[in-house]
Amino acid sequence: MIALFYIAAFVAVISTLMAITRFNAVHALIYLVVSLLSVAVIFYLLGAPFAAALEVIIYAGAIMVLLIFMVMMLHLGETSIQQEKQWLNWSVWLGPGFLSLILLVEMSYLLVVSNEPGEGLTVVDATQVGIALYGPYIITVELAAILLLAGIVGAYYLGQEKRRVLHRFLNQEDND
Amino acid sequence: MTESIWIIIALPLVSFLILAFVGQRMTRQTIALVATAGTGIAALFTLVTGWRLLSSNQANFEISSNLWEWINTSGLTIHMALHLDALALVFIFVITFVGFLILVYSTEFMNEDSGYARFFAYINLFIASMLILVLADNLLLLYLGWEGVGLCSYLLIGFWYQDPSNGYAARKAFIMTRIGDTALIIGLFLLFVEFGTLNIGEILTAAPEKWVTGDTTAKLAAFLLLGGAVGKSAQLPLQTWLPDAMAGPSPVSALIHAATMVTAGVYLIARTHAIFELAPEVQFIVAIVGAITLLIAGFSALVQRDIKRVLAYSTMSQIGYMFLALGVGAWSAAIFHFMIHAFFKALLFLGAGAIIMVLHHEHDMFKMGGLYKKLPVIFWTFLIASASLAALPLVTAGFYSKDLILWQVFASNIGGSGLWAMGFAGAFITALYSSRMVLVTFFGKTGISPTHRPGWAITTPLLVLAFLSFAGGFIELPHTMGHTQLFSEMLHGTLPALTMRELPANGELMLQIITGLTSIIAVGLACLVYLRRPSIVNQLKSSSFGNLFVRLWFTGWGFDVMYNALIVRPLVSISKLNKKDILDNISIGVSRLMAFGNSQLVLSQSGKLRWYMMIIALGAILTLTLSIVI
Amino acid sequence: MIDLPTSHVIILAMVLFILGLIGLLARRNILFMLMSVEIMLNAAGLVFVVGSSKWAEADGQLMFIFILSMAAAEVAVGLALILQFYKKFNTLDADAASNLKG
Repeated sequence: MIALFYIAAFVAVISTLMAITRFNAVHALIYLVVSLLSVAVIFYLLGAPFAAALEVIIYAGAIMVLLIFMVMMLHLGETSIQQEKQWLNWSVWLGPGFLSLILLVEMSYLLVVSNEPGEGLTVVDATQVGIALYGPYIITVELAAILLLAGIVGAYYLGQEKRRVLHRFLNQEDND
Repeated sequence: MTESIWIIIALPLVSFLILAFVGQRMTRQTIALVATAGTGIAALFTLVTGWRLLSSNQANFEISSNLWEWINTSGLTIHMALHLDALALVFIFVITFVGFLILVYSTEFMNEDSGYARFFAYINLFIASMLILVLADNLLLLYLGWEGVGLCSYLLIGFWYQDPSNGYAARKAFIMTRIGDTALIIGLFLLFVEFGTLNIGEILTAAPEKWVTGDTTAKLAAFLLLGGAVGKSAQLPLQTWLPDAMAGPSPVSALIHAATMVTAGVYLIARTHAIFELAPEVQFIVAIVGAITLLIAGFSALVQRDIKRVLAYSTMSQIGYMFLALGVGAWSAAIFHFMIHAFFKALLFLGAGAIIMVLHHEHDMFKMGGLYKKLPVIFWTFLIASASLAALPLVTAGFYSKDLILWQVFASNIGGSGLWAMGFAGAFITALYSSRMVLVTFFGKTGISPTHRPGWAITTPLLVLAFLSFAGGFIELPHTMGHTQLFSEMLHGTLPALTMRELPANGELMLQIITGLTSIIAVGLACLVYLRRPSIVNQLKSSSFGNLFVRLWFTGWGFDVMYNALIVRPLVSISKLNKKDILDNISIGVSRLMAFGNSQLVLSQSGKLRWYMMIIALGAILTLTLSIVI
Repeated sequence: MIDLPTSHVIILAMVLFILGLIGLLARRNILFMLMSVEIMLNAAGLVFVVGSSKWAEADGQLMFIFILSMAAAEVAVGLALILQFYKKFNTLDADAASNLKG
C-alpha cells in the first residue's frame, strides 16, 4: 500500500514537472493527464474511491478533452514551438522557482510544526458522500448548479462570433 | 376686523407676487392698477383700524395677532405674530399712505421705463418688508423685515442697472447698512442669551427687572442696537451710502427717505426704548450722534448742486433731529417729527423728481432757474414742503415738530443747552439750504425750459402731501399756543413721557420766538445772498478758506475718502497679498501628494498578468512568514 | 484503516501546488497558464480528500466535488476567453494584453 503511494506520488510529481516545462502543448497535456491519473490512484489509496472516479471521469476525461480541443484550434505547430523555446530560456525559471521554493519551505515548516499525529485514514465511500451531498449540503449543490449554468452561458456568449450590430437609429457598426 | 391686521402686510405682498410672476405679460394699465390697489386698500384698512382703535377711548390700546408658529426648537420658539400699538400705528399709517401716494405718482413717472412691472414689484415688496418690520411681535421677525428692506433698497437703488455707477451705489448702500445689520444681529443674540426670548414685549418687561440702570450688559445691548440703527438710518459714522442712493429713480428716493428704510433705525430705538433707558450713556451717545450728524449733513447740503443730493443730506440732517430727540428721551417728539418729515420729504422728492423728469433728467439746480411760472403746481407744493423743512413759524407742520424737539432737548434732564445749541444751529442751516434750494430752482435766471406739465397722477399726490405738510402740525400744538396734544396722548401708552428738569416758566415761549425768528432770518439771508447779491457767495467761494470748506462739504466732509484710505485700501492690499490663499496650500498639498503617490504607484501597474501573479505570490510568502514569525 | 502518513500526502499536494505556481509564473503562453491553474486546483483537491479520510467525514470529498465543478466552469469560460484573446491579439502571449498599463 505504502509503496504504491510513493510510486504514484513520484509519477505525479515527475509528470507535472514535465507538463509545465514542455514546449509542445499537446505533449504537456499528455503529461498533465498522466499526473491527474496518478493523483486518482492516490485518491483511491486514501480511501476515497468516489473522488478517484470523479478525478478520472471529469478531470482527466472531460476537462482535458476540452483543453485538447482548444490546443487543436489554436496550436500553430512548429512556429509556436519555436516561440515557446524563445520565451522559455533558463533565466525565466529562476525568479518563480525561487519564490515558490520559499513558499514550499514555509508550508512544510508549518506542517512539521503543527505536529499532527499522522496515522489512521478511514475509507469514506460513495454512500456517505452521496448522503452528505444531498442532505446538509443541498444548497451548495444548487449553488454549484448555478455556477455551471453561468459557465455554460458565459462560454457560449464569449465563444460566439461577433456579428455586426446595427442600431436602429445609428448607422454605425460595433467593432470588435 | 381688528384681529386681521395681517391683511395690511398681505396686500402689498400679493401685489408683489402677481407683478413678479405675471407682470411681464400684463398691460401697463393693469400693472398700475395691481401695484396701487394693494397698498391703497392697505392704507384704507389702516385708516379704518386706526379710527376704531382711537375711538375706542382706551388709554393703552394694542392688538396682538398670532398667525402661526414659525420656528420651534429647544429653547427657541418664534411665532409669526404681529403686534399693533400706537407707535406701530403711526408707522403703518405713514408707510401705507405715503407709499400709496408714491405708487400713484410712479404710475406716471415710470411710464416710459421698460422695467415697469419690475419697478412696482420691488416697491410693493419694499412696502411689505417695512410693514413686517414695524408690525413684528418679536425681534427675529423684525429682523426679517429689516433685511427685506435692505434687499429692496439694493434692488431699487440699482434699478437702472445698465449704468455701472448705479450698481456701485446699490452695493455701497447694501454693504454699509450690512455693517449695522451685523451689529444688530449680534445684539439680538445677546438679548436672546440674556432673556431666553426674542419677543419684544417680554424683553421690555423683563429688562428693568434683570438689569439695574447702567448695567454693562444693558449698555452693550443698547450699543449694538444703536449700531444697527445708525446703519439703516444713515447716521454718523455709517452715513455715506445715503447721498449715493440717489442713483435710484426719484420715487424710490422718496420712499427710502420718507416712509421706509431710513426711519427703521428710529423705529428700532423707539421700540426698544426700555433698553436704552437702562443705559443712559448709550442713550446720550444717540443724542450726540444725532446732533453731530444733523450739523455735518446740514453743511454738506448747503453746497450741493444736485437737487436730489441736497435732499439726501437734508434727510440725514432731519433723521439726526429724530436721533437727538430719542437720545434725550423725547420719544413722542421724535415720532411726531418722523411723521411730519415723511410728509414733506416725500413731497420734496416727488416734486424734485417731477422737475427732473420734465427737464430731460437734469439734476443740477443751477441749470434750472425761473421755473415758478412754468410749473405752478410743483412750485407751490414744493414751496410748502420747503417751508415745512425750514420750519417757518406758525404756518408749517415742520415748525411744530422741530420746535417740539428743540424745546424738549432743552428741557430734558439728559439734554441741555449744549445739545440745544447744536440743534438750533442745525435749524438755521436747514432754513438756509432749503431757501437756497427753492430760490435757485424756481427763481433767478431762466434755465432749461420744461417739455410738458406733469399729469394728474403726479400732481394729486403732491397736493395731498402739501396739505399734510401744512396741516399735519396742528394735531400737536405746544402749551404756549393752543395746547393740543392729540399725538403724544396717543403715544403715551406705548412710549414714556419726557422727564423734565426745573425751568423758568416762560422759557418755552422765549425759545419758540428765538427759533421762529432764526428761520425767518435765515430765509431772508438766503434771499439776499442768492437773489440780490450773488457776488457775496462767489467771493466766499473764491477765498482760499471758503474754497476749502466748500470742497470739504461738497464731498460730505470727506468721509468717503477717509473710509477708502482707512479701511478699503488696506483691506484690498491685504487681500492682494494673500491672493493665493495661504490656507489653500493645505488642500493643494494634499492633492499634490495624491498626484505624486499616483505617479509612483502607477509604475506598479505594468498591465502584465504574470507580474500580478508574482505580487500575489509575494503576498502569500509575506503572510506565511508573518504567521511563522509571530 | 489505511496505513498512510497524512503529512506525506500533504507534502505531495504542496509540491504539486508549487509546481503549478512555478508554471503560472514562468510561462507566457496563456494556454499553459490555464493548465497550471488546473494543476493547482487539483493539488488543493488532494488536501481536501486527505482531510476527508483523516477525519472519516464526507465533507472533504464534497469540497473536492465542488472544486471539480468550479474547475469545469472555469475551464469552459477560460477557454472561451482564450479564443477571443487569440482573435483579438493573434497571439497567445499573456503580456500582449496590457491595455490597462498605468
